[in-house]
Amino acid sequence: MDFEVIVNNFAFLMAQGLFGFGTFAGGTLRLALPAIVLGFLLGTLVGLARLSQRRWLSLPATVYVEFFRGVPLVMVIFWFWFVVPVLAGQALPEYVVALTAFVVFEAAYLAEIVRAGIQSVPRGQVEAATATGLTSAMTMRHVILPQALRNMIPALVTQFIVLLKDTSLASIIGYVDLTKAAQIVNNREIRPFEIYLFIALVYWFCSYSMSRYARHLEIRLRAV
Amino acid sequence: MSYELDWSVLWSGQSGGWLLQGFLTTLEISTLGWVLAAALGALCGALRTVPLTILRCLAAGYVEFFRNVPLLVWMFFWYFGVSPLLPQVAREWLFDHGAEFWAAVFALGVYHGARFSEVIRAGIQSIPKTQLEAALSTGLTIAQAYRLIILPIAVRLIIPPATNETLNLIKNSSVALTIGVAELTFQTRQIETYTAKAFEALAAGTIIYLTLCLTIALLMARIEKRVAIPGMIGQGSAP
Repeated sequence: MDFEVIVNNFAFLMAQGLFGFGTFAGGTLRLALPAIVLGFLLGTLVGLARLSQRRWLSLPATVYVEFFRGVPLVMVIFWFWFVVPVLAGQALPEYVVALTAFVVFEAAYLAEIVRAGIQSVPRGQVEAATATGLTSAMTMRHVILPQALRNMIPALVTQFIVLLKDTSLASIIGYVDLTKAAQIVNNREIRPFEIYLFIALVYWFCSYSMSRYARHLEIRLRAV
Repeated sequence: MSYELDWSVLWSGQSGGWLLQGFLTTLEISTLGWVLAAALGALCGALRTVPLTILRCLAAGYVEFFRNVPLLVWMFFWYFGVSPLLPQVAREWLFDHGAEFWAAVFALGVYHGARFSEVIRAGIQSIPKTQLEAALSTGLTIAQAYRLIILPIAVRLIIPPATNETLNLIKNSSVALTIGVAELTFQTRQIETYTAKAFEALAAGTIIYLTLCLTIALLMARIEKRVAIPGMIGQGSAP
């Protein structure tokens, strides 16, 4: 056991692998942060569509959610890796492919969180809003969504942890995230035990601190 | 777009055989991984609820450590990091019997064991405390009370979240391709490499995964209905 290899490659692993400042277009956080924001926007649309009374909206949304929840993420990444360039008519950088795949995949899971959040708002709120003369779109925007969003926050943080761990799979199409950076270092140093244990600890630190934060939020929200 | 679909690549040549082999390997690693995960999950899930602080902390440490690190990193860690450090005899046995296969099973089992443990803990905690107290007051030891009263009820309560986790485990078994296990996703990639027909190969793999997951979900929904505890409405939910 020789942990000097970590000290020597610390800057590369963290700057390139975790944050994405480096010679490669990479970084775990540079992928995870935009993916959760864009995924949430798409997920909100899909979640709202799923709750819609109109079947031409709710049926495709249901199929979307059930499809992506029934297929492994690895499969979805390969789909985008092979299909997006064909549709775009040109080869695309790994970052674009990985980001698209994660946004589309996570949106299916985020849609379910949005749906549960909206359904957690008491029915009386809708009735009261309608009684004051708001249209259904205004009710959704001013009354339901603000309350639903607050209820969703802990689940959203938890989903972000899942996403953060899932981004390690972007390394299989060559995106230089923390996992790929570790592979690069290991190819040179041949110290798999130390290197993989180290990145396990980095992932662990990020996920665990966020999961504590999610629990803290949950308790605070319940108290209100 | 100048891509021409040619579905015949799926049944000409070796493709069909590869898909079948991949499907069987996926079933194998999933089944073995599930057995390990269920055993670890039942043990640690139960330990997290016992009134002994040391045992509770040990189980919590296992759960929090393993489920907060990506499965892919665990696969690399066990396969590349740990297997070369094993004693000579174990290493030789492993490399004769497919080291990547067993590393994948172990990684899946230990990672999902931590997640199963949370499901089982939630199931146990949803059982009223009075059940345990009643069991203890009839003279059962803690171990007996868990084995005879708490766990049988918990198992029936946790069917929906446990099914969900089982499906996650099956889908996650695809990560094993990264260490070279020839499971379904690996074989799909192989067909793509040999025929250059990505769309058809991926569609075949996707349909197999969807069919497998939907079949299990439907089957478990029927079992859930059959073994449901009469009078119970609220089912335990997983985090």
